[in-house]
Amino acid sequence: MLKFPIYLDYSATTPVDPRVAAKMIPWLTEHFGNPASRSHAYGWEAEQAVEEAREQVAALVGADAKEIVWTSGATESNNLAIKGAAHFYQGKGKHVITVKTEHKAVLDTVRELEREGFEATYLDVQENGLIDLEVLKAAIRPDTILVSVMFVNNEVGVVQPIAEIGEICRSKGIVFHVDAAQATGKVAIDLGSLKVDLMSFSAHKTYGPKGVGALYVRRKPRVRLEAQMHGGGHERGMRSGTLATHQIVGMGEAFRLAREEMAGENERILRLRDKLMNGLTGIEATYVNGDLEHRVPHNLNISFAYVEGESLIMAIKDIAVSSGSACTSASLEPSYVLRALGRNDELAHSSIRFSIGRFTTEEEVDFTIDLLRNKIGKLRELSPLWEMYKEGIDLDTVQWAAH
Amino acid sequence: MAYSDKVLDHYENPRNVGSFGKEEEGVATGMVGAPACGDVMKLQIKVGKDGVIEDAKFKTYGCGSAIASSSLVTEWVKGKTIDQALDIKNTQIAEELALPPVKIHCSILAEDAIKAAVADYRKKHPA
Repeated sequence: MLKFPIYLDYSATTPVDPRVAAKMIPWLTEHFGNPASRSHAYGWEAEQAVEEAREQVAALVGADAKEIVWTSGATESNNLAIKGAAHFYQGKGKHVITVKTEHKAVLDTVRELEREGFEATYLDVQENGLIDLEVLKAAIRPDTILVSVMFVNNEVGVVQPIAEIGEICRSKGIVFHVDAAQATGKVAIDLGSLKVDLMSFSAHKTYGPKGVGALYVRRKPRVRLEAQMHGGGHERGMRSGTLATHQIVGMGEAFRLAREEMAGENERILRLRDKLMNGLTGIEATYVNGDLEHRVPHNLNISFAYVEGESLIMAIKDIAVSSGSACTSASLEPSYVLRALGRNDELAHSSIRFSIGRFTTEEEVDFTIDLLRNKIGKLRELSPLWEMYKEGIDLDTVQWAAH
Repeated sequence: MAYSDKVLDHYENPRNVGSFGKEEEGVATGMVGAPACGDVMKLQIKVGKDGVIEDAKFKTYGCGSAIASSSLVTEWVKGKTIDQALDIKNTQIAEELALPPVKIHCSILAEDAIKAAVADYRKKHPA
C-alpha cells in the first residue's frame, strides 16, 4: 500500500528510526537527570549515557570520543567551527576560502566574517559540481587561515575530494573544516586518515532526532576554537548549555545503526536510485545534474527541459521532493547550486531533487517513474517551447517579446 | 501557493489546448513572454469571414496561473468579434480566476496575447 505523498526528500530530513525513538524515550521520563550533576545518581547515569553516545558518534567517523563536541545541529556546528577558528587564528591572517555550492549555514557564516573584516574567496565548481584542486591551490594566500568544503552536496549529492584537500591544507598549516551533514551513513569517513581539523554532523539527516548535532575538533595536531556560546563551561568550554540527554542518546543510536547497516543499505539504495534514474532519463530532453561517479547513492537531481518549474511541482504533488527553485511568495529563485554548475535559469527551475532513504520501496520508485512520465508528457503537450523544439527551432535564436 | 478552485480546474482540465495548421484560413497567432521570465503564451484565433472569432487554441509554458489565464481567454474570445476581443482586460481575467497579487502578471500576459493575435490577424488581413 502506497502512502501519499510518497516521501523522496531524505536529504531534507529523515524520519527518526523507530529503534532510535525507543532508546530516547526513557531519557525524557525516568532518567531525566542533568548530565552535569555530579552529586547524585540521576546525573551520573545521564552523564554515562552522553559519553556512550559520544563513543558511538566517534566510532562512525573514526575519531576519538574526546574530539566530539555536542551542538544543536550542523548549522551550529558550522558556525562554531568557522567563526570559532577564524576568531582564534585571526592573528595569523584574515583570509578564508569556501565554495559557491556550500550550504547557507557555511556561506552566511563566512559572509558574517566578511562583515567583521575578514576576506573570503568563494571557489567556483566544475560543471560536474566538484571543485578543481588547482583552483583551490591558486586561491590559497599567505594569510589564509581556514578552508571550509562540504563532504557531500545537499542538492546534487556529489562527494568532494576531501582527502586531497586535507593534504593541501595540512601542508600549508591551514585549518580545514568539513560540513559532513549529508555524508554520515552515506560515505565511509575515517578521521584517522583524513587530514580534517573540524567536521560538522547532524543527527536528523541520519535517522536521528532534529535539534542535535556535533562538531569534531581534532586533538592531534590540536585545533583551537573561540567559544560562540558562553555559560557553564560545558563541552570543555567550547559550547556551554545543558546537554539534551535524550537527543544525544538518539544521535548516538542513529550513528551506531548507520555504522552497522551502511554497507547493505547503500547497496539497496543504489539499486533503487539507478532504477529511478533509468526510468526518468528515458524521458526525452532530461539532464542529470552533478557527477555520477563521485556521488552518494541516495541522490538524483534531474532537469526536465521545456516545462516550467512551478507547474511541474503542482503536477507531482503525490510525491514529496525538493525543487530546483526556492519558491518564495513573490517569485521563483533558481537554485544557486545548479547555477554554479552552469545550468541556465529555465533548467534550474525545472529541476527536481529526488532523495532516497532507508524506508523507500521499489513500489514507490515505480510509482514515481510513472507519475513523472505522465505529467511531463502532459505539461509538454501544453508547452509552446516543446512544440518549437520538436519543430527543430533553436530557442536561443528566437526574439522573445519581453514583458 | 494557494490557488483558487477555478485556477486548479483550468490547470487540471485546460480548455482548447493545441495548435491550428499554419495554412488554415483566418488563423492568426500571438506569442508573448520569454522562457527566461518563466512564461511563454501562444494564443491562436481562427476568424471567420464575418470577423467573428470561431475558434481559439493555446499552448502555455508557465505556472498554474499562466496556464489558467490562457485557457480562460480561449473560452472568452470565442464568438466575439476581434474588436470585442480587444475589450477583454487583465483585471477581468484576474477577477474571474481570483489570482493572488503576485500572479497578476499572468493575466496581463493573457491580455497581451489577445492583442498580439489580433495584430497578427490585421497584418495578414489589412482592412
